[in-house]
Amino acid sequence: MAPALLLVPALFGLAFLLVPLLGLVLRAPWGELPAQLGSPEVLGALRLSLVCATAATALSLLLGVPLAWLLARSTFPGKRLVRALVTVPLVLPPVVGGVALLVVFGRRGLVGEHLHEWFGVSLPFTTGAVVLAGTFVAMPFLVVSVEGALRAADVRLDEAAATLGASRWVTFRRVTLPLVAPGVAAGAVLAWTRALGEFGATITFAGNFPGRTQTMPLAVYLAMESNPEAAIVLSLVLLLVSVAVLALLRERWMGGASR
Amino acid sequence: MRRRAGGTGRAWRTPVAVALVSGLAVAACSAPDQDVAQVGETSRSAVVFAAASLTEVLTELGAEFERGHPGTSIDFNFAASSALAQQIAAGAPADVFASASPEPMDQVVDLDLVAEPPVIFAANRLQIVVPSGNPGGVTGLADFADPDKVIALCAPAVPCGGAAREVLELAGIDAKPDTYERDVRATLTKVRLGEVDAALVYRTDVLVAGDEVRGVDFPESERVVNDYPLAALAEASDADLASAFVDYLRSPAAEDVLRTAGFDVP
Repeated sequence: MAPALLLVPALFGLAFLLVPLLGLVLRAPWGELPAQLGSPEVLGALRLSLVCATAATALSLLLGVPLAWLLARSTFPGKRLVRALVTVPLVLPPVVGGVALLVVFGRRGLVGEHLHEWFGVSLPFTTGAVVLAGTFVAMPFLVVSVEGALRAADVRLDEAAATLGASRWVTFRRVTLPLVAPGVAAGAVLAWTRALGEFGATITFAGNFPGRTQTMPLAVYLAMESNPEAAIVLSLVLLLVSVAVLALLRERWMGGASR
Repeated sequence: MRRRAGGTGRAWRTPVAVALVSGLAVAACSAPDQDVAQVGETSRSAVVFAAASLTEVLTELGAEFERGHPGTSIDFNFAASSALAQQIAAGAPADVFASASPEPMDQVVDLDLVAEPPVIFAANRLQIVVPSGNPGGVTGLADFADPDKVIALCAPAVPCGGAAREVLELAGIDAKPDTYERDVRATLTKVRLGEVDAALVYRTDVLVAGDEVRGVDFPESERVVNDYPLAALAEASDADLASAFVDYLRSPAAEDVLRTAGFDVP
């Protein structure tokens, strides 16, 4: 039996985490649920959220896995600093990320100015901006997860492949990557959920327009001001998606391991 | 629009509302909460929930009031009036509410949360705002229908968005905005940064932004005037201080400050 000094705060902690979610479920206008779920605005926001989170995850994989490899397997001056910098977006308030993205990729931004001038491309207020905002906040999760897996993986297997004549690229693709696949998958799911819930950087950098940049979290925030019932329905949908992903994550990658 | 909770859900209403509001505050990373928390060393304090468009003028008037009433502290939470009305309805600790249009105030009145009937203490009109240099070459409301121009409007639920919708309808213009911002200051910021070619904000906001932006007048603005209602709230922690601040905002001295900031004073 656990001592009361631990048990009581533990139960309060549990209640604090669960009661708000339970409240959301109890307070939901279940009768209106089908109508709300079928409305073009909710469907549009949900589709946009899913598409953008998936695209942000893909971009994170494309750039983040090589970055994780660089941090785990190579040596270069200032590596510790680089590793620390990579994790900055993890602890940065997302709205600060949005301001930073706007300052760099905005129409008058350091990079955005030239994109606009040379290619006529303007990123803010586009779906691409939502993906970039999601990638900015989500990629560090992937990098940290994959780097951890790479450090835990047995380097001797890579060395064996190299001894057998495999090039570094083939070794990476055929030996290293399959070895760390669970870490990559877990990182990808973490990144996906983080991108799905992204609010601050999105509303700051990508703006808010239904069907183009209005993701679920933005729709929840704005619905709260005009139609709280709709906000609760939208929140419920996000809650269900998150719980489903969590269940998937536990069974697939956490359940078997002793972690 | 707003519905009261049904029988079974009532017991959950308060915890849910508190959870939602605190969640929103975290999600929005909103600085105003810090303002609310800053009680300081003074003995009496009042928290004023006020429309985003009142940010500078009320901050100035609050400081002026504190100077005239030593030992008091007036703290502010500035956001979209519609968001503030929801926060007050959910039990946020507010002593005074100043809204940028009657609808959010009506919601608070309908819930019996005002101490006295609201009074109109200021009025405001929309103006087109463009970045300095006017990169989009915007000359009037008609440019808002041009899909090639980057246009920001306030979200329809917030007062400046409602007013924008009204003037665009009056002018018969089918606007093609690129973003609906969460309050008038977020809209103004997009213009200040030069990220949009034009937006509709209040005249007073154009004055606040100074040289970074330019205001463009249009005839329909005269026909859509936003009244700003003001009321002390029923659950004020210090009812005397709340009503003293409300009275102060209607004093000739405060009216001068409001006029200087570009507001109409009834």
